Amino acid sequence: MTVRVACFARIRELVGAAELERVAPPGSTAAACFAALAGDFPALAAFAGSTRFVRGGAFIDAATELHDGDELGLLPPYGGG
Amino acid sequence: MFDVVETPIDVSALAAAVGGPGSGGLVTFVGYVRDRSDDGLAVDGLHYEAHRELALAEMRAVGADALARYAVSRIAIVHRVGELAVGDAAVAIAVSAPHRAPAFDACEFAIDELKRRVPIWKKERYLSGDARWRENA
Repeated sequence: MTVRVACFARIRELVGAAELERVAPPGSTAAACFAALAGDFPALAAFAGSTRFVRGGAFIDAATELHDGDELGLLPPYGGG
Repeated sequence: MFDVVETPIDVSALAAAVGGPGSGGLVTFVGYVRDRSDDGLAVDGLHYEAHRELALAEMRAVGADALARYAVSRIAIVHRVGELAVGDAAVAIAVSAPHRAPAFDACEFAIDELKRRVPIWKKERYLSGDARWRENA
């Protein structure tokens, strides 16, 4: 399946793109997609436990299974205020 | 009023948005860009960015929580994004209530929750030319 990955803030900088298309095994979880991306961009691994996941404008758990065509947003730790 | 803006924050307008005849107390908090980082580096300015859709949703949720938790009348939260200079207002919160105590409490609650829950990111730019993403504790 294909997942569009939207990267924000420092994750966008580490990956070098605001949006990526990734091919993942069917049924991959958000965490698995992140881990696969961290395989290509090792600096991401430091944020494995602190990145929040978003799909379709709503937060999802790391264990949520993704579907073909989903957009997965990767939100690093916040710094607002 | 809940908003993510790219232009200077009008704190007076924010206060006016929550005030009214039933408001015996009105508390505003404004967070400004400081000239020093927490670890003492000379700051040139800040870059803020947001996941706009989710940031607005979370700001509204923070506002709803504040209204549910404290005896306050209205609350408004605005965060600025883009390139900010030292002295610029980055965030402003206004809370009105019949009496002052819950307005103070709700305002503090709102800024604490905003820092924890709202998807906004900050990069500090230093006079040295370096820059770093900074996370809330």
